[in-house]
Amino acid sequence: MTDVNEPGTASPEKIPAGRRPETEAVGVVGEAGSERPVAGSGDTPADSGGTPPDGGGLTDRHGGGRQLLRAFVHNLWAANTVTVTVLAIVLATLIGAVLIVVSDPDVLATWGYFTAQPSDALNASWTVVSEAYANLFKGAVVDPAAVQAWANGTGGWQPVFAPISETLTYTAPLVFTGLAVSLAFRGGLFNIGAQGQATIGVILAALAGFLLPLPPVVHLIVAVLAGALGGAIWGFVPGFLKARTGAHEVITTIMLNYVAISFLAWIIVQDGVHDPDRTDAISRPVDGSAQLPRLLGSDLRVHLGIVLAVAATWAVGWLLNRSTFGFELRAVGANPDAARTAGISVGRTYALVMVIAGALSGLGGANMVLGSTATALTPLVIAQIGFDGILVALLGRVKPWGVALAALLFGALQAGGNRMQSYASISLELVTVLQALIVIFIAAPALVKAIFGLRAARAARLSTSMAKGW
Amino acid sequence: MSTMAVEDVAVAVRTGFWTRDRKIGAGALLLGLLAAGLFGSLATGADARFTLSEDAGGAALAVEGTFGAILFGLVAAAAGAALLAGLPKRWFVPLLGVAIVGVVLSFLCWQVSAAPTGQNFMPLVNIVRGTFILALPLIFGALAGVLCERSGVVNVAIEGQLLMGAFAGALVGTIAASAWVGLIAAALGGALISLLLAVFTIRYLVDQVVMGIVLNLFAVGLTGFLYERLMQPEATKYNQPPRFEAWPIPVLSDIPVLGPALFRGNIFLYLALILVVVIHVALFRTRWGLRTRSVGEHPTAADTLGVKVLALRYRNVLLAGMVAGVGGASYTLALYTFSKNMIGGKGFIALAALIFGRWSPTGALLAALFFGFADQLGTYLSAIDSSIPSEFLAMLPYLATLLAVAGLVGKVRAPAADGKPYIKG
Repeated sequence: MTDVNEPGTASPEKIPAGRRPETEAVGVVGEAGSERPVAGSGDTPADSGGTPPDGGGLTDRHGGGRQLLRAFVHNLWAANTVTVTVLAIVLATLIGAVLIVVSDPDVLATWGYFTAQPSDALNASWTVVSEAYANLFKGAVVDPAAVQAWANGTGGWQPVFAPISETLTYTAPLVFTGLAVSLAFRGGLFNIGAQGQATIGVILAALAGFLLPLPPVVHLIVAVLAGALGGAIWGFVPGFLKARTGAHEVITTIMLNYVAISFLAWIIVQDGVHDPDRTDAISRPVDGSAQLPRLLGSDLRVHLGIVLAVAATWAVGWLLNRSTFGFELRAVGANPDAARTAGISVGRTYALVMVIAGALSGLGGANMVLGSTATALTPLVIAQIGFDGILVALLGRVKPWGVALAALLFGALQAGGNRMQSYASISLELVTVLQALIVIFIAAPALVKAIFGLRAARAARLSTSMAKGW
Repeated sequence: MSTMAVEDVAVAVRTGFWTRDRKIGAGALLLGLLAAGLFGSLATGADARFTLSEDAGGAALAVEGTFGAILFGLVAAAAGAALLAGLPKRWFVPLLGVAIVGVVLSFLCWQVSAAPTGQNFMPLVNIVRGTFILALPLIFGALAGVLCERSGVVNVAIEGQLLMGAFAGALVGTIAASAWVGLIAAALGGALISLLLAVFTIRYLVDQVVMGIVLNLFAVGLTGFLYERLMQPEATKYNQPPRFEAWPIPVLSDIPVLGPALFRGNIFLYLALILVVVIHVALFRTRWGLRTRSVGEHPTAADTLGVKVLALRYRNVLLAGMVAGVGGASYTLALYTFSKNMIGGKGFIALAALIFGRWSPTGALLAALFFGFADQLGTYLSAIDSSIPSEFLAMLPYLATLLAVAGLVGKVRAPAADGKPYIKG
């Protein structure tokens, strides 16, 4: 955003009320930056239940407790990160409910005579919406029926944990692509190419998975690294072009996405890659020795990928906030001109950021073929993880642990959406709409603030914006 | 957008012997020689016939395969050599054009002559017509980009606008049983996405690229959801859009090659060509155009002179959405019924065409035609069992764009205030 605000555009103090602080926050995110939202979130459930009795029991702390409570309520309805995120999700589900109603001709018909018999319309709408969202919840978190069956001894423990297992399975690759997008974002680059980088990653991981005859553990490590390497190569190109010629990374990464998709379509049908027993476009399956082991037995799909994802989150957090390179990266992202003046090579940083981001995306791709979602290459093997990664990064406010939580939410929506589709016959596309809406509202905290009449937070650092031109 | 962002490593090639023109000339020379050698040796002795009709018959330009491949390769090499020798600046574009066309023709001579016997012909009418049909959504999309970005709002949401237009056109057109109503609905559908883009980026100052990307996903989700809920179960009721028939233009449609290819099209083809001219004239010859460009280059100055910056941006973004919406309808109200995610990335190629065409309507048209041609060529070559995998041909437009934005074809510069929110101060 720095190169954009030429002196004439706006006077410095007028600029981006919600924007300037964000840049500053970028610099100190490890220390003061992450403290506030955590305080807001962590205390939410604990405080509301715990504070009043606590304050009542100990007289000497009585005043302090009440003050704390008041401060908490005061902050709760302010436009802080957590409140806005929760309200954005609420708004998105409300709009989703409206969509479910208007796209159901039967329910819509009952609204035709709403004035005559309002209960019909309300009941019908409530039934269809609650069924959809109940299934979303049951598919993503826990199904009460399964818990009951387990308690009665009529069912095993697996069905109880199946929804969580599904959620985590979908979460793992999104953590990687989300981290890839946010790491580049922090370096001032908008990496739309996570999809392409994950595509090349999935290709190399799969090739290593069924072409190399290696012993079990080594094979898995080599396949995972091959995925990272593929993504890194695909990330290097836009980083290098940006550094060398200034070619805008948004365009180059979009173009590389399509090149990667075509390449995937081509390589699947080559001799030695294509599954000889099949006529459709599918490759040979990855050897068992290269597959990520499942964590909770063969019935549940959750696999080692989620552990790697948490490790990657930690690693990216360390890289950003504790390493020299992370400092350079944030400096370049905040203000390339100042960074250059300070002696940081902006071009080298751009290239390196994209290589690391690409490697992360490639790991996300590797997850898709070495994990339990698929074992062979198909044209749709990586689904939309790259594009979803952009949303995850924005929702996670481009911070590593925020990204992990956002990926968890998206993974849950995906897992729940599958159940919603098969049980309540509500198209999975609703999940895409919800995801996009959540991010739209997150991106415009001022709108959420206006809708719910929130007070301004002490530090308005909600904007995810970078405001960079071409 | 090239050679602007990173000054410390920006390549200053203007000095010394190796100017940019010379480098490109050397590249063209090598490429031409390579084409002559490689394509010449691969081509067969069969005639490569370029027929001026829709099939093998009629008048044709024929050339012996090997001879043609070598000849056109050498022509390209000669153009490259001329550039390398350092001709005046004004010769650059024509010579570069000759070099590119030479390489393409050399390649075609090889491909057509090596086709299975009986298929050694290329029906030019089909190729030209296919080029325009495939370029149509790109033209509309790129024009939408021109309108937006010239006034300083980055439009990455072209894909979503096209998709929403296609969807609204199909849905409303079917319900109203009228293609014209569908066309209006399509324009409104595109404008809906534009409205969201405008409100969030202008009013709430959300990053424009971010908003565009998110809106694309929103449009994919929304249309996909409604498609599965409404159109799939009851296709006859919601997804059988009426179509605009072809309107041959009386005299012009009798011109050889161009007539059947261009003047027997449907309303969308004519609309696209008219819009290119109208927007070009409006942008560079009218008060509105001057204001739009000034808002895109230096909003503060424009504001000082009394232009209502935000109002103009709102208006242009909405207009862009309507143009893109109509472009989406060129699918559903002329060719196909609606299907999920049917735009399939055309919006992003339109964005590339916009940049390739240097943010001008005519440039966008030419770039869109180039992409359309690459697309059509891929279809044609896979039909004659080309030895080149169709997947690689499909990569061609994207690789060309990559080269273009990397500054190899020429420097492109976006409107100065493109992507920057304006805060009145």
